[in-house]
Amino acid sequence: MAEQKNKDVLIKPIFDNNPIALQVLGICSALAVTSKLETSVVMSISVVAVVACSNAAVSLIRHVIPSSIRIIVQMTIISSLVIVVDQFLKAYAFEISKQLSVFVGLIITNCIVMGRAEAFAMKNPPLVSFLDGIGNGLGYSFILISVGFVRELFGSGKLFGYSVLPLVNEGGWYVPNGLLLLPPSAFFLIGFLIWAIRVWKPEQIEHEG
Amino acid sequence: MARDSVSRTLLVATVLCVVCSVLVASAAVGLRTRQEANKLEDQRKNVLLAADLFDEEKNQPEEVNDIFHERIERVLIDLETGEPATSGAVDPETYDQRKASRNPKLSAPVEPPNGLGGIKRREKYAFVYEAKDQSGRIDQLVLPIYGKGLWSTLYGFIAVDSDGNTVRGITFYEHGETPGLGGEVDNPHWKALWNGKKLFDESGQIEIDVIKGVVSEGTENAQYKIDGLSGATITSNGVEQLVRYWVGPDAFGPFLEKLR
Repeated sequence: MAEQKNKDVLIKPIFDNNPIALQVLGICSALAVTSKLETSVVMSISVVAVVACSNAAVSLIRHVIPSSIRIIVQMTIISSLVIVVDQFLKAYAFEISKQLSVFVGLIITNCIVMGRAEAFAMKNPPLVSFLDGIGNGLGYSFILISVGFVRELFGSGKLFGYSVLPLVNEGGWYVPNGLLLLPPSAFFLIGFLIWAIRVWKPEQIEHEG
Repeated sequence: MARDSVSRTLLVATVLCVVCSVLVASAAVGLRTRQEANKLEDQRKNVLLAADLFDEEKNQPEEVNDIFHERIERVLIDLETGEPATSGAVDPETYDQRKASRNPKLSAPVEPPNGLGGIKRREKYAFVYEAKDQSGRIDQLVLPIYGKGLWSTLYGFIAVDSDGNTVRGITFYEHGETPGLGGEVDNPHWKALWNGKKLFDESGQIEIDVIKGVVSEGTENAQYKIDGLSGATITSNGVEQLVRYWVGPDAFGPFLEKLR
């Protein structure tokens, strides 16, 4: 039974209860950092680390946190973790941290992190919360990396910076779609993804009324 | 002690703050040397990028320090005279240009006072990076520049040909402008527009100008003009102002004049 639950909290958020596709949280950074796969992947890893650790930390002290200041306590834990991740990126992945610029810091305001801490970690033991964090982080990563893949491939003809579709202005045949390099294109792509997921899993469709 | 009592709340808040600040502080202190090495290498890379001696497609990141030592000579200039700084004034090895601009002894007021946006003082001594060609002759000079954009101070380099007038490249290595709008100062296509532009006219007047819109073939005096960044008027104006200030009479002007 417990095994089953662990697996569920880890896998479910990827397709069945995806934080971006179903709950439509964390859109801001999904628009901002997905013009390249590399930044999408680094952002995904950072978010997985922050959600998992913050969930575990909040869950560990969930019986101690006075309810009057619980949101602030969660924020403090999340912010500290985000600063640590940011410092690590600056030390070990300087180029990428420059491209991600403020968006690493903005993980603090990513609703997914806060939402999981308040909705899940406050009520569940540390291990399950940790897995729930990883699951939700992976759900976020799945969308980010899919969007990053399409945007980099069709926006600049590359994947991870390597030319896949040779561009016209570099002597190839592919005319890049400039819209895909701009943040609004991620809206369209996320829309298409939500559509695809709901065709596959019709139970996610919201009913009016 | 009840979980929601005032004393308990204060206790939890205090303990949490101490634990979190220790965590954050140790990460910041423990990783500082590595971060600073990264920053130095990044700065060197940007000198090379401005001078077009480094190609991110072709060169490996590890080559930065080698190319820098081989091709670049760093000289400390006294901005007032345009001459190399006299040996007694400051030690180039330990001189920190960024800190000097805040040190009353090592800085001077910006003239005219609104010449550099909101920045009121600038350092007295500045590094010039002399880039040599294969034969060892000085080919171009990379000058550090900075100034205010919309949100942030932009720090960068401008490469000027050894004729003291032709721009060879520009690059900004640190800024906090809006990604996609003012942040386009990093766009390679926009930076490429600077290549070959002239800073001064025949009489030595500063003419370089970031215009609103696009410089086309029919534009008058196109050799002095650069396309503005669309949607980023304040950043474009800031870049124009800081370039005009730094090549102007109050900054590198005396130094560049000797080359012309």
